[in-house]
Amino acid sequence: MSPNMSLIKNPMPSQDPSVRIHNFDEVALGYTEQMAVSEAMRCLDCKTMPCAQGCPVKIHIPEFIRKIKECDFEAAYQVIARSSSLPAVCGRVCPQETQCEAKCVRGIKGESVGIGRLERFVADWHNDHCNTPPVRPTPNGHKVAVIGSGPASLTCAGDLAKKGYAVTIFEALHLSGGVLVYGIPEFRLPKKIVQKEIESLQALGVDIQTNVVIGKTLTIDELFENGYEAAFIGSGAGLPRFMGIPGESLKGVYSANEFLTRNNLMKAYKDHSSTPIMHAKKVAVIGGGNVAMDAARTALRLGAKEVSIVYRRTLEEIPARKEEVEHAKEEGIIFRLLHNPVEILGYNNPEDKRDPMNGFVTGIKCIKCQLGEPDERGRRKPVDIPDSEFVIDADCVIIAIGTTSNPLIKSSTDGLDVNRQGGIIIEEETGRTTKEGVYAGGDAVTGAATIILAMGAGKTAAKAIDEQLLN
Amino acid sequence: MYRIINKKVLNPTVTMMDIEAPLVAAKAQPGQFIILRVDEEGERIPLTIAGYDRQAGTVKIIFQVVGTTTTLLNKKEQGDYIQDFVGPLGKATVLDGLKKVCIVGGGVGCSIALPIAQKLHEMGCIVHSIVGFRSKELLILEDEFRACSDKYTIMTDDGSLGRRGLVTEALKEAIEAGEDYDEVITIGPLVMMKFVVATTKPYNVPTTVSMSPIMIDGTGMCGGCRLTVGGCTRFACVDGPDFNGFEVDFDEAISRGAMYRDFERHSYEETCNLFKKEVE
Repeated sequence: MSPNMSLIKNPMPSQDPSVRIHNFDEVALGYTEQMAVSEAMRCLDCKTMPCAQGCPVKIHIPEFIRKIKECDFEAAYQVIARSSSLPAVCGRVCPQETQCEAKCVRGIKGESVGIGRLERFVADWHNDHCNTPPVRPTPNGHKVAVIGSGPASLTCAGDLAKKGYAVTIFEALHLSGGVLVYGIPEFRLPKKIVQKEIESLQALGVDIQTNVVIGKTLTIDELFENGYEAAFIGSGAGLPRFMGIPGESLKGVYSANEFLTRNNLMKAYKDHSSTPIMHAKKVAVIGGGNVAMDAARTALRLGAKEVSIVYRRTLEEIPARKEEVEHAKEEGIIFRLLHNPVEILGYNNPEDKRDPMNGFVTGIKCIKCQLGEPDERGRRKPVDIPDSEFVIDADCVIIAIGTTSNPLIKSSTDGLDVNRQGGIIIEEETGRTTKEGVYAGGDAVTGAATIILAMGAGKTAAKAIDEQLLN
Repeated sequence: MYRIINKKVLNPTVTMMDIEAPLVAAKAQPGQFIILRVDEEGERIPLTIAGYDRQAGTVKIIFQVVGTTTTLLNKKEQGDYIQDFVGPLGKATVLDGLKKVCIVGGGVGCSIALPIAQKLHEMGCIVHSIVGFRSKELLILEDEFRACSDKYTIMTDDGSLGRRGLVTEALKEAIEAGEDYDEVITIGPLVMMKFVVATTKPYNVPTTVSMSPIMIDGTGMCGGCRLTVGGCTRFACVDGPDFNGFEVDFDEAISRGAMYRDFERHSYEETCNLFKKEVE
């Protein structure tokens, strides 16, 4: 088999932008078998596997791609499944361009191999063709509690269940999946895919208890009293961050978490949803991460005529996945770069205190910036340009500038130490916290980060829990 | 699923239910709240806990039928189930060391004030309760309040029961008459709490208010319940629901509470029409 020497990836079939901005269906449609094999043929099967070095869960990438070349898609899936418990999710939401694909040799001249697209293809192929339930492992008699049901927790629970642990997941919301269900929109990650991943965990014997808030309904100490021998905290990031500028409490100002939760978890985009959401005309989203892109594209689909991303730096520094930025641009999202919001403006009719428009957002005042010296993390700092203030009209402002930690678990758990930002302190190699038998990973430790990093942390902790309990 | 063990209509618009939720009942404290969803498609709404029975494993909720969700909830009968019921959320009301307290409750807010009054009474604290209703028909929990209050004053807007006037009038008189309260705890409509605070502030009587803004998750994730307290952004779900009344920006809270008024009215009318059709 001679390699496919095309310098570019096989393009991803996608819904046309003019169509997809009116629906919540998935944007990327996935490779066909033919496209997948053709893309796999671009892989040079490097002996040194630089791609796998870039993967937080160390998927044996050349091996699964080799199986695709051989058209043995199920075998390819089994290779991925050895390392990742959520391939259909990761194939869709991982920032491949900064991980596996960043290290790909083909990327030196031309585009890297579309590893993410191939992973997605393999996972979807498996889900469409294989319905044999996983074999339940023999119970090993040990009980482990997993707190939260996002990517870190699902990974940790899955790895432990495969080893025969009796795992119970405690989820605060009425639905499991964490950020995969409340945060990431349907058009980027269909909820039936998340559901499928959760069902496969349940088939392995994982028990999921929704509506249990650890730190409130039960404490970690009570979990131990109830016979759990170890606990993993994967409760995610916490409270949304605000900027502390005037006007953030006006009507029409949302945190991205609230806006996305109303839409994704509570299905506010559906006609007869009982949860309200604002159907705004002009929306300004503050921030440049994936969450900002998700919020902007959601606002567009809810019927906004104009949606802009307001970001203090340039496209060079923007933290969102490349594909999300491209999709957003294709959909007509305006990028207002080097803009720093200084005030959110609201309507106020001094003549009539009962005017129903009083207190609603009318715009956002920004100051223009230029990039200055790099900060301690090497990112160039935006510096305001004096007297450059101007107003962007908006009837809705969504703030997507990250989160701070959630206080519920730390305030109810003696001996669990947190850092200055409120993140749980762990030992990197094991996920072990300062409290005996308690492990943690994901955003609860790092603050808002990526799904794959959370999965990597869940995996590390599962291994350490296994070692602790079997010794 | 969570079973309705008991349902009682308290007045034409206020209903009481005991919900089987042993984990919540085991932990509940006065001042905390729960979040419920009536059915699969339902929205999440917060309701403050009106009581609990740890032995029976039940939690008492008292709600006013004001919108779609409370209408649907009110259609449920004893023995029926509701979809989700999670809690106890928020911080319990801090009552340590209080010797003499005035509880000021308005309307259905009295149901939340009751467990606080009861707990204070149990602690041996002197409890004066001032409750306000629009009229006689809307009075709730009279016997319960009388049982735990050293003094109990009813105010009605129309004078059909007790004294005619607002709770703030009775409160002001009590303070001026020399009642030296350690604290005033007030729960009711935002406007009422705003004026209770305005009443106590000149006398510098510490005043705690219970806030119930719009919420979704109730666990510190969405940020929808934010309030400005003492000039800072605070979250009712994890920092509250109780706050120092002197520091709360009530006008902002009142404004934010009306964000979805049109949606709510529309949705409520649709639900009512649906039930009307069913009846026909």
